[in-house]
Amino acid sequence: MLKFWNSSVGKKVVMALTGLVLVGFVIGHMAGNLQIFAGPERYNAYARLLQHDIIELTWAVRVALFVSVVLHALSAWQLTRRSWAARPVEYAMQEAQVSTYASRTMRWGGVFLFVFLILHIGQFTLGWKWLLPEYVPDGAYGNVVLAFGRPLWVVVYLVAMFFLMLHLLHGTWAVLRTLGVAKNAAEPLQRQLPLIIAVVVTVGFSLVPLGVALGVVR
Amino acid sequence: MKLDSKIPSGPLKDKWDKHRFDMKLVNPANKRKYHVIVVGSGLAGASAAASMSELGYNVSCFAYQDSPRRAHSIAAQGGINAAKNYRNDGDSIHRLFYDTVKGGDFRAREANVYRLAQVSNNIIDQCVGQGVPFGREYGGLLANRSFGGAQVSRTFYARGQTGQQLLLGAYQALEKEIAKGGVKMYNRHEMLELVVVNGVARGIITRDMVTGAVEAHVADAVVLGTGGYGNVFYLSTNAKGCNVTATYRAYKKGAAFANPCYTQIHPTCIPVAGEHQSKLTLMSESLRNDGRVWVPKRKEDCGKKPSEIAEADRDYYLERKYPSYGNLSPRDISSRAAKEACDDGRGVGPGGRGVYLDFADAISRLGAPEISDRYGNLFDMYQRITDENPYEVPMRIYPAVHYTMGGLWVDYNLETTIPGLHCIGEANFSDHGANRLGASALMQGLADGYFVLPYTIGHYLASNKFEKVTTDHPEFQAALASVQTRTTRLLGIKGKRTVDSFHRELGKILWEKCGMARNATGLKQALQEIPSLREEFWKDVTVPGSGDSFNQSLEKAGRVADFMEFAELMVTDALHREESCGGHFREEYQEAGEAKRNDEQYAYVAAWEYAGDGQAPVLNKEPLEFESVHLATRSYK
Amino acid sequence: MSGTMNITLKVWRQSGPSAPGAFETYKAPGISPDMSFLEMLDIVNERLIEGGKDPIAFDHDCREGICGMCGLVINGAAHGPSKLTTTCQLHMRSFKDGDSITIEPWRAKAFPVIKDLVVDRAPLDRIIQAGGFISVATGGPQDANALPVGKPEAEQSMDAAACIGCGACVAACPNASVSLFTAAKISHLGLLPQGQPERYRRALKMVAQMDLEGFGGCTLFGECMAACPKGISIDFIKRMNGDYIWGSVTEAPVKVTLGGG
Repeated sequence: MLKFWNSSVGKKVVMALTGLVLVGFVIGHMAGNLQIFAGPERYNAYARLLQHDIIELTWAVRVALFVSVVLHALSAWQLTRRSWAARPVEYAMQEAQVSTYASRTMRWGGVFLFVFLILHIGQFTLGWKWLLPEYVPDGAYGNVVLAFGRPLWVVVYLVAMFFLMLHLLHGTWAVLRTLGVAKNAAEPLQRQLPLIIAVVVTVGFSLVPLGVALGVVR
Repeated sequence: MKLDSKIPSGPLKDKWDKHRFDMKLVNPANKRKYHVIVVGSGLAGASAAASMSELGYNVSCFAYQDSPRRAHSIAAQGGINAAKNYRNDGDSIHRLFYDTVKGGDFRAREANVYRLAQVSNNIIDQCVGQGVPFGREYGGLLANRSFGGAQVSRTFYARGQTGQQLLLGAYQALEKEIAKGGVKMYNRHEMLELVVVNGVARGIITRDMVTGAVEAHVADAVVLGTGGYGNVFYLSTNAKGCNVTATYRAYKKGAAFANPCYTQIHPTCIPVAGEHQSKLTLMSESLRNDGRVWVPKRKEDCGKKPSEIAEADRDYYLERKYPSYGNLSPRDISSRAAKEACDDGRGVGPGGRGVYLDFADAISRLGAPEISDRYGNLFDMYQRITDENPYEVPMRIYPAVHYTMGGLWVDYNLETTIPGLHCIGEANFSDHGANRLGASALMQGLADGYFVLPYTIGHYLASNKFEKVTTDHPEFQAALASVQTRTTRLLGIKGKRTVDSFHRELGKILWEKCGMARNATGLKQALQEIPSLREEFWKDVTVPGSGDSFNQSLEKAGRVADFMEFAELMVTDALHREESCGGHFREEYQEAGEAKRNDEQYAYVAAWEYAGDGQAPVLNKEPLEFESVHLATRSYK
Repeated sequence: MSGTMNITLKVWRQSGPSAPGAFETYKAPGISPDMSFLEMLDIVNERLIEGGKDPIAFDHDCREGICGMCGLVINGAAHGPSKLTTTCQLHMRSFKDGDSITIEPWRAKAFPVIKDLVVDRAPLDRIIQAGGFISVATGGPQDANALPVGKPEAEQSMDAAACIGCGACVAACPNASVSLFTAAKISHLGLLPQGQPERYRRALKMVAQMDLEGFGGCTLFGECMAACPKGISIDFIKRMNGDYIWGSVTEAPVKVTLGGG
């Protein structure tokens, strides 16, 4: 077990498995969010369901997500350190041939997403006042409308969603390859399904801040 | 010097069996007490080192590249022969044996060739077991193709990279033994001297090409698998590093050098593009299965685009001269025919040194996809080098030095005239006579390494007592000193000309006077020119850098210095052999344009013995006796 | 043959493994477009030697794209700008008159520079030593046709076996990962029936060795595949991962060490 974790492939497998959990989560989260377009009652009821009615289940999921994020980030960090150490002298000139922008931004994009995640939880779950002074517990709908009433947050969230899209674009493509289960392809670098997932999730999430900003959600 | 070929008695087909029984064995527990040095890690060296280590011997293996996987065996494209008769087309051990003796123009030793044909089948089994991904039929069985000079399909192949795959098989076996500790591998080490103690080969002197350290290595037996000397011509299809140093040093220590004039000029290489050319690239002979060779009938047409030359104005000269073999005629014959066409002023391309190899018929018959399936990688390579698309315009090809049949003289046990010094693969002379057939080099290298040497080395070790020798022995110290002196001398000349410029000039002399066609006048001129060039080399060469560090100029200088001496031996041999046979074509000896052998006087192996600096080498003859094969004029008409 | 070109080279020079390296600039006038890249360097070196200077050290041998000895990073691309091409097969017609070309060695901790553009690739051999073979001794195997191998499997195995061990995958990988090389050997042998008995153990050992040698991990950039002169697919890395995962579940742990050879 320890040997597996210590190997570069093992760490990548951990990243892939935790990544899969997180992909599942963002899809569900995104779908849940879209209920905001069904009005405040529906949305607040959804929030209540999660935070009161099935709180035990919510906690179980929270723990699983927390562990996934930690393992995902930890293995990413260790693999990054390993990569940096593997090339102590940099090239004076290195031209990317086929690697995508998405793949090259996984690391810093990941760090950005991690910071964003903390802000996001602080803002809407923990109600940190410096992020959202008017935060009302159990007032999910109102909190969302208040936050995205400010252009700054709309921009921050849209940028975050852009990075999420890139992260998903490479991550969902790489995950099946890392786990050794993808099919062989004549053009293994093509990635249609990952593109669909990434765009759907990102657009779905972005509709909420955009909806508020454009006045569709009030 | 007495040449004892040690051919076992008895019927040809039983000789090897009988010999295997007669040879002494080394007790398994004693094997690891014997230390064997293998120089070279190509097909022969790697297979020998791995097999001996598997048996339990303590082996050291040396390669000048950074990994044993890079030896030039890797570049063999076409395939490997074996008498499996999987195609049911009439092949047999005896036919493979006969084709090889005939292909070699009756200048090879019958018993060795027969053994080669016998073990050819084991080689295929061995390689498949190692995971060599040979071409397959849909039913899962091995595929075969026919290959230059054979009328049966006995050639096994792995796309156009057969040599690579066979070498990787041997390399992996070698790495397996390195991991087990049976073989100690010395990469980036070049052998610069053989050490002979009391008349017996007991070690070598090497230079660590990274640190420059000159080191002595003691062993109970030394095996040279150091390849051929084609680079004496400067331009050849050999890798840049291929050299004669190991075998030439052995020659100077008393090993007879056999038939140095037998050099193979391969008919299908990409023509020289300009003065800058550093090496020539082979296009696999398998291309001749589907390509048709032609030149314009009229000189005036040579400047035209090939598509502008009407069918009736083309001379498919191989099909015309050799109707039964046509484009598949043996290498020496095809090469010479190309030279004749170009000498006649009908060559094509820059400098008029090229002939067309045309796939138009095959493409219209089979379709471009099928041709791409068969030769895609070769077509791509051609296009990369020449910037011409062979699917649209015919390839231009010209002969180039490719393989050397000559090498250190060895007996049936692959032992040279120095006891304890064995020689395998291209480095020895034994199996190909005056001309090697396509897909036979891989077969011979692996036969020697996997299935012959591991037996005969045991016999040698079991039959002799070995006194304890250390590197302090005066012979080792003398050899070390001579290597040091030579290095110092090369570095100290500090002349004006680069090593490459000398090498190029030497190559030119040989290509013109001891190349595809030779005559006494040219050879005598060469014997004048080579020594004076050598003299100039030792006066005016410049070798930058120092001896105690990584120094590629120094490596080259040492090799070229040996080529300078070896070239003279080669020309001497070519001059003495007053007949035409296989790759050795003397213009004076021909009949209606075909090579004319002289079996009365020259049915022997010429084994040259070093007689000291400035002395003419001594010729020793091993008569070739043919019991099973009827000596005949080779006809491919 | 068109006219000649004038090229400016920026070449990494380093006198030894521990010496500091730096770029030096050389003018290379009169270069024919029909020259190979290495022939161009030959000419530069001839001129350096004639001028009493130390020539540029670079590895090369067969010069026909198969031995895997040569390898330079040319203008930021391993083996230069042409696809499916080794440095020795790259021709100067890929460049223009007046071009400036930056030449660097393979850069990786596991590949220390020996001199100038020459690096030590011994870790590749050690990865093979860890398990890149089928354990059969000479003379053991049965008749070659006793073991049928489907044509598609044989072809796929050959695709992987085409690796020339040049190390361009490492050089091109932003992580300096050797996964493509390792995966190619694991797949070459693992796709064949002969390779089955040792298949999973082989994957465990070779992966352990490549980690030990100090290469980076694979993040599937795909740069290795683009640089590979033999076009070896990253699908083989997927296969290696699958074999490694299955081996981790089913096989006893393996041990590897540095050194050997």
